[in-house]
Amino acid sequence: MAIQPVIQIKNLTFAYNGLSVLNRVNLTVEERDFLCVVGPNAGGKTTLLKMMLGLLKPDSGSIQVFGLSPLKARNRMGYMPQHVVLDPLFPVCVLDVVLMGRLGKGLRFGFFGKEDRKAAEEALDRVDLMEVKNRSFAELSGGQRQRVLVARALVTEPDLLLLDEPTSNVDSVVETELYELLNQLNKNMTIVLVTHDLGFVSRYVKRVACVNRSVVVHTTSEISGEMINELYGCDVRMVRHDTRAPGEHRHG
Amino acid sequence: MGEFLTALQQQSFLQHAFLTGILAGIACGVMGSYIVARRITYIAGGIAHSLLAGLGAARYCQTVYGWEWLHPLYGAIASALLAALVIGMVSLWGTKQREDTVIGAVWAIGMAVGILFIFKTPGYNKDLTSYLFGNILMVSADDLWLIAGLDILVVSVGLMFYNQLMAVCFDEEFARLRGVRVEFYYLLLLCLTALTVVLLVTVVGIILVIALLTLPVAVAGHFAKRLWQMMILASVITILLNSFGLFFSYDADLPTGATTIVLAGVVYFIVVFGSRLVKRKRWSKGSEKD
Repeated sequence: MAIQPVIQIKNLTFAYNGLSVLNRVNLTVEERDFLCVVGPNAGGKTTLLKMMLGLLKPDSGSIQVFGLSPLKARNRMGYMPQHVVLDPLFPVCVLDVVLMGRLGKGLRFGFFGKEDRKAAEEALDRVDLMEVKNRSFAELSGGQRQRVLVARALVTEPDLLLLDEPTSNVDSVVETELYELLNQLNKNMTIVLVTHDLGFVSRYVKRVACVNRSVVVHTTSEISGEMINELYGCDVRMVRHDTRAPGEHRHG
Repeated sequence: MGEFLTALQQQSFLQHAFLTGILAGIACGVMGSYIVARRITYIAGGIAHSLLAGLGAARYCQTVYGWEWLHPLYGAIASALLAALVIGMVSLWGTKQREDTVIGAVWAIGMAVGILFIFKTPGYNKDLTSYLFGNILMVSADDLWLIAGLDILVVSVGLMFYNQLMAVCFDEEFARLRGVRVEFYYLLLLCLTALTVVLLVTVVGIILVIALLTLPVAVAGHFAKRLWQMMILASVITILLNSFGLFFSYDADLPTGATTIVLAGVVYFIVVFGSRLVKRKRWSKGSEKD
């Protein structure tokens, strides 16, 4: 029996309010892949991620996750949204946020049990945040919040981890830490990550999917300035991050 | 204070009012925390105003058709639940309607229908002011049973589904991905909100309900780190506000609902300015150390 791909997208088309967002997309993600989805804003990156999660349905074409419809495969997927979509004033502590990931594991009503708590603490330990487990989510820095959301995704014990802009609004040190964590997790699970920040990511990811209505997949070694030019449709300059010059700044 | 306590021991209407304040306070703390955390105060306001239709219609049927069993509170429950479901369904599935427009429509139409019924109800009518501004001193023993039943229902359901409701309030999309039936819990939240509003209308009236749902929670929010802490603290604060509101209004012969709300407002502003002062003090202390 041939090994089944984790995600298989065939001829997928999606339009929003009559405006074409994704056009005849084909994409296959194999097990243990670390795929980075890049592209300009409004190019369809997040839409593609929402298709994988089953939050949006394609107009035509098909998408399968673990050989099932995305809706049925949801319990094998861990998802990390952008932390900026969450209300910063919500009265919730770090452990509470991570425990929300246990909701699917059979809790009907009442409170979480010892097992749930243990799983949540293990997940927090993996992202190195045990010492802030009782702190308010609102008090944390952007980078810490991102890691809490990674822990919440991990506590669902996923085989596929999907992340939306995990490095937005965090500084480059936090970014490095986050990618090192993902690199470790990649040993046990497939990872798909959406970002608009290309240059820095490529050191860790195995493949890059460039999304701008259509999808083109590259292995990371192939990335060149020419390719980025083609994708963004204008001349952009690559900023190299591998050497740290004094007074270095980040591009948007 | 002593005079009030003696009266409280002797007068059953004061005892009823006191117990109503406690019961309503518990539901208010629990549901108010969800409402403020999810930022749907405006929906609670819409539901509160719309229930005048039910109050008015039930009172009309009582006087005109002699349906004595139709307590105005039943009418209020029916119209509040209807308003909650209409608003909830529009915000969940009505992609063509603006949610705030629908809330505004439910808000105003409910009031207009209520006023028409009250206008057509024969006899000298002071119901309207007690509906609008509350009259906790009018709570009878029968009312008290009804209020207690509603209170137990709201609080037990609200706590039974604590984790689901919190997840839906905090991150609806993630909850959906974890297999939580988001639509069901959102509608449940609005229905529980509707019942809480009915409870509070007896205490402070339709117009002042929003203040009692939000101010104690806002005060609690300055101290609570977690949702359940906020609920406990807000309940205690509301119970104290209701009790002291009753005491001050009895003492000075003032309307109880308005007195309670002014008290809540004073406490709120003291806490807001107080916490700013404390922060500034801490900040200047911190900079001295540097």
